[in-house]
Amino acid sequence: MSLLIIVALPFFGALLPGLMNSAGRSACAGVTFAVSLAAFIGLLTNLPMVLAGEVVMARVDWMPALGLNFTLMLDGLGFFFALLILGIGLLIIAYARHYLSRDDNMGEFFTYLLLFQGAMVGIVLSDNILLLLVFWELTSLSSFLLIGYWKHLPEGRQGARMALMVTGMGGLSMIGGMVILGQIVGSYDLSVILQNRDLIQADPLYVPALILILLGCFTKSAQFPFHFWLPHAMAAPTPVSAYLHSATMVKAGIFLMARMWPVLSGTPEWFYIVTSAGLITMVLGAVIALFKHDLKALLAFSTVSHLGLITMLLGTGTAFGAMAAVFHILNHATFKAALFMSAGIIDHETHTRDIRRLGGLRKLMPVTFVIVTISALSMAGIPLLNGFLSKEMMLEAAHDTVLFGPHWLVPALATVGSLFSAAYCFRLIDHVFLGPVRNDYPAKPHDPGAGMWIPPAILVVLVVMIGVAPFLAEPFVKLVTASVLGGAAALPEAHIKIWHGPVPALFLSLTAIAGGLFMLALFKPALRLWDATPRPEAKTIFDSLVEAIAKLSRAIILPLHNGAFTRYAALAAVVIIAAGFHAWSTGSVGAATRTVQTAGPVAIAGWLMLVAATAGMVLMHRNRLLSLILIGIVGLMVSVGFVFFSAPDLAMTQFTVEVVTIVLLLLALNFLPNITPVESTVLRRVRDTGVAVAGGLATFALTYYYLLRDAVGTPISEFHLANSYKGGGGTNVVNVILVDFRGFDTYGEIIVLGIAALLIYALTETLLDGPVRARLLNRLPDQPRAGDVHPMMMVVLTRVLMPIVLLVGFYIFWRGHNAPGGGFIAGLIVSIGFVMQYMASGFTWTSSRLRYPYHGVIGAGVLIAGLTGIGSWLVGKPFLTSDFTYVRIPPFDKFELATAALFDLGVFLAVVGAVMLSLESFSRLARRAHASDSEHPMDIDPSREGPSSNATRTVKQGG
Amino acid sequence: MEFLVASAVGVLTAGGLYLMLRLRTFPVILGMSLLTYAVNIFLFASGRLTIGAPPILSDDASLYTDPLPQALVLTAIVISFGMTAVVVMIGLGAFLGSDDDHVDDLPDAVDDNTRGAP
Repeated sequence: MSLLIIVALPFFGALLPGLMNSAGRSACAGVTFAVSLAAFIGLLTNLPMVLAGEVVMARVDWMPALGLNFTLMLDGLGFFFALLILGIGLLIIAYARHYLSRDDNMGEFFTYLLLFQGAMVGIVLSDNILLLLVFWELTSLSSFLLIGYWKHLPEGRQGARMALMVTGMGGLSMIGGMVILGQIVGSYDLSVILQNRDLIQADPLYVPALILILLGCFTKSAQFPFHFWLPHAMAAPTPVSAYLHSATMVKAGIFLMARMWPVLSGTPEWFYIVTSAGLITMVLGAVIALFKHDLKALLAFSTVSHLGLITMLLGTGTAFGAMAAVFHILNHATFKAALFMSAGIIDHETHTRDIRRLGGLRKLMPVTFVIVTISALSMAGIPLLNGFLSKEMMLEAAHDTVLFGPHWLVPALATVGSLFSAAYCFRLIDHVFLGPVRNDYPAKPHDPGAGMWIPPAILVVLVVMIGVAPFLAEPFVKLVTASVLGGAAALPEAHIKIWHGPVPALFLSLTAIAGGLFMLALFKPALRLWDATPRPEAKTIFDSLVEAIAKLSRAIILPLHNGAFTRYAALAAVVIIAAGFHAWSTGSVGAATRTVQTAGPVAIAGWLMLVAATAGMVLMHRNRLLSLILIGIVGLMVSVGFVFFSAPDLAMTQFTVEVVTIVLLLLALNFLPNITPVESTVLRRVRDTGVAVAGGLATFALTYYYLLRDAVGTPISEFHLANSYKGGGGTNVVNVILVDFRGFDTYGEIIVLGIAALLIYALTETLLDGPVRARLLNRLPDQPRAGDVHPMMMVVLTRVLMPIVLLVGFYIFWRGHNAPGGGFIAGLIVSIGFVMQYMASGFTWTSSRLRYPYHGVIGAGVLIAGLTGIGSWLVGKPFLTSDFTYVRIPPFDKFELATAALFDLGVFLAVVGAVMLSLESFSRLARRAHASDSEHPMDIDPSREGPSSNATRTVKQGG
Repeated sequence: MEFLVASAVGVLTAGGLYLMLRLRTFPVILGMSLLTYAVNIFLFASGRLTIGAPPILSDDASLYTDPLPQALVLTAIVISFGMTAVVVMIGLGAFLGSDDDHVDDLPDAVDDNTRGAP
C-alpha cells in the first residue's frame, strides 16, 4: 500500500468514530479498530521491500519553491516505529473500548486517538523535515486533546496545558534547528540531509542547530530538565497514558535523535549533552519512581527513567549503543504498555491507584498478577525476559563510556539507575499483589473481562518470547540499527544473547538486582528519609515561571492596551505620523514635475464649504443632529469634487451612499442621546487637538507633495484605457475595471458587503433576543413624536416617485458599461427608492409587501456573480473571463450583450440586499421600541372610516 | 487647485482624528466617516487631478484621467458604508445593553462611581 494512504488513513478515519457515535460503543471502537488495522496491514505489505533493504518512497509536490514537499520514506527505522505505533495502537483501541465508561464520549476519544496516530505515523514516515515538523506539532496538539480528554478534571486540563506548553516550545525551537539544518545542506529532504554528515558538522551553525533540535527532542521525550510534564499528563485516561507514554509520543523525541543520529552524533557536543541529559534523567526518574504511591505516577517516572536510558545510549555515539537503544525501545514499548494497561485494570477494578491502599491482590486478580509480574520483572532486568537483554547491553555500553574523566562515573550511575529501577519494580509486585488480602479496598477487586486483559497479555507473550529466544528479534533489531547508523558507522558484530559469560555487565546487572531487593527491604526507613528531604517541586517552579512571564507581558501590554479606545487610537495616530515623518526627513524629495493648476471661484467656494462644515462639526459635535447635517454637507462637497475632477461614477456613488448613510445614522440617533456631554478635560482636548493637527498636516503635506509630482513608475492604467473597449467591450473604463479587469476584487467586495449586512442582522437578532428587548419595550421616547408619522403628502409622493426611481436605476444599470453608472450605483439608487417607502408608510406596511427576504437577495447576487465567473470554465477560460457580442433586435439599434452585465447584475443585487438588510435591521429595533406602527399606508386616509380617532390615538401614545 | 485638494485632505484628517479621540460612540463614528472621506480623496488623488477628462472612451477625447484609482475608490465608498453600518450597530447595541455610550472600557473600580447614566 502506498505510504501516502497509510498516513492519510488515520486522518480520514478520524471522521468515522464521531459519525458512528450514535451507533453504539462497539461500533465506534470497531470502526476505529478497522481503520488502524487497514493502516497496519498496509504497512505490512511494505515489509518485503524493507527486509530487502530498500527504502520505499512516496512523493507529492506541495510547495516546491519553499522546499516543502509531501515526501514520505519508509526504511527500517521508520518501519519499526510505525509498527509500534499502529500495532500497540490496535491493542489500545481494543482495551479502551472496555476501559471507557458509558459517560465518556467514545466518538470524541477515538477521533483524537486517530488524529494522534496519524500524526505519529506521519512523523516516522516523513522524508521532508518541514513536513516532519508539521506532524510534530500535530502530535503536540492532538496529545493535548487526549491528555485533557476528561475536561471535568482540573488536573487533566492543567496536565494537558503543561504538556502542550513544554512540547510546543520544544517544537518551536526545533523549527529553528531544522531550518538551520536545511539551510546548511540546501535541501529539506532527510534523504539528502543524512548524506551530508561532514558538511553539517563542519558548519559553524552546527552547534546552534544541534541544541535547538535537541531541545525539541528533550521536551518531547521528557528528558531532564523537561521531565516534569510527563507525570502530570497521567491525569489522562489510562489508554492514553499507555499509548502516549509507552510507544508513541515520548518516543518521538527518541525517534528523531535516532533519525538524525548519522549526521548529528559523534561530536563531543552531542556526546556531552545527550549522554549527560540521559544519565541524569535515568537516575532521577528511577529514584523518584520508587517513592511514588500512585501506580501511574510510578510508571510515569519509570518511563522518564527508561527514556533517559535510551537517550544515554544514543548519546554514546557508538554503533553498539545505537543497537542497544533500538532494542530497548522495542522492549520498553512492550512491557511498559502492558504495565500501564494493567495499572488501568487495577484502577478500574479496585477504584484506587494508591499503592498504600492495595496489597494482596494476587489471589483476587490472578490474571492481572501474572501480567504485571512478568512485565515488571522484565523491566527490573530479570533473565529470560526481554528487559534483561537490553539492560545488560546498556550496562555494557555504559561500561565502555567515559564522561568527564573518571572511568567509573557512567557505569556507576547506570548501575544506580538500574538498582532503583529494579527496586520500584519489586515494590510494584510486592506492595500491590503480595502480602495478606485486605478487607478495606474501595471496591471488591476481581479480574476484568477478557477484553481488557487480552491486549496486555499479548504484549507479555512478546516479552517472554523475545526474552527466551532473542535470536528471533535479532535480525529485525539489526535491520533497524543499520538504518539508524545510515552508513555512518559499521553494524556491530555482537549478537543478542542471554548468556555472554562472566562479563562486567553481568556483575553490574547482578549488583543492581541484589541492590534492588535490598532497597525493597529497607523501603520504610528510606521512604521516611525521602519524605523528610526537601525537594524542589517541578510544578510549582513551572507555575511560578509561567506566572512571572504572564506578569511581565501584562506590565508591557497594559499601559498600551488598557481597554480605552481613545488611547490606542491616539497611539496609533502618533506612531503612524512619526513613521511618516521619519521617512520624510531621512528620504530625499525630488523637484516638482507637474504644474500647479489654477483654481476658479467655484472650486474655492466648494473648498470653503467643506472646510467650514468640517470645522463646524468639530466645534459643534456635541449637538449630534447638527453634526449629522454638517457631515452631509461634507459628503456633498466631496461628491461635487469628484464631478469636478472627472470622476462621474465616484460622484454618483458618493452621493447615493451619502443618502443611505445619513438615513442609517438618523435611525441610530433615534436611540442614542442627542447631546454629547462635556467630559474631557481641557488638557485632554489640547492633547487631542495636537494629535489631530499633526495628522492633518502630515496628510496635507503628503498629498500636496505627490500631487505636484508624476508617478515614479508607469501606471498600469494605460493598459486599461487601451483595452477597455477592445477587450472588455465597454467605454466606461471605471466600470470595465470593476466588472472585468478586476472582477475578482469586486466579487470579493460584494461578499464582504453581504457579510457586513448579515453581521448587522445577526447583531440585531441577538439584541432583540436578549435583555435589550425588555429595555426597548419599556423605553420612553426622549422627545415628543410627530403626530403625523406617515403623512399623506409624503406617501403619495413616494409612490409616484417609485416607478421613476426604478426606471432611473434600470437606466443607470444598463448604461453603466459605456457611460457613468453600473451595478453599484444602480443598486444604491434602487435602495433609496425602497427606503423612501419605509419612511413614508412605516415598517409594517412595507415589509408586509416584501416578497423576497433581503438575505436571499444578497445570496442571489453573490451566486449570480459567482456563476457568471464559473461559466467561463465551461469554455475552458479562467474564472471570470468576460465575453461580449453585439446583437440587433428590430426595431432597436444594435446593442451589446456582455457577460460582464450579468456579473454587474450580481453586484446590483448584492448591494440592494446589503443596504436594505442593514437599514431594515435598524428599523426593526425602532419598531420594537414603539410598537404602535400602523399597518395602514398613511395616517389620514379619506377612504377609511373614523380617521380622526385613529390620528388622536397615535398622538396620545406618542407614537 | 492641488493646494485646495491637499488641504481638504488635511482638514478632513484633522477633524476626523479629533472626533475619533472623543469619548462617546457617536462622535467617534462621525470621526471615522470624516477619515474615510480623507482616505478616499487621498486614494483618488493618487491618479493626480485632471479636469474635464472623464475616463469614458470617445473618439473626440484625447486625454483621459487615470481610471484605476476611481475604480478602487468606488468600491471603497460602498464598503465604507458597510463598515459604518456595522460600527453603528455595535455602538448602538452596547448603548442599548448598558445605557452607556462611552467607547472607553475603564477599569471596573471607577466605572460606576464616576459615570452616571447620560
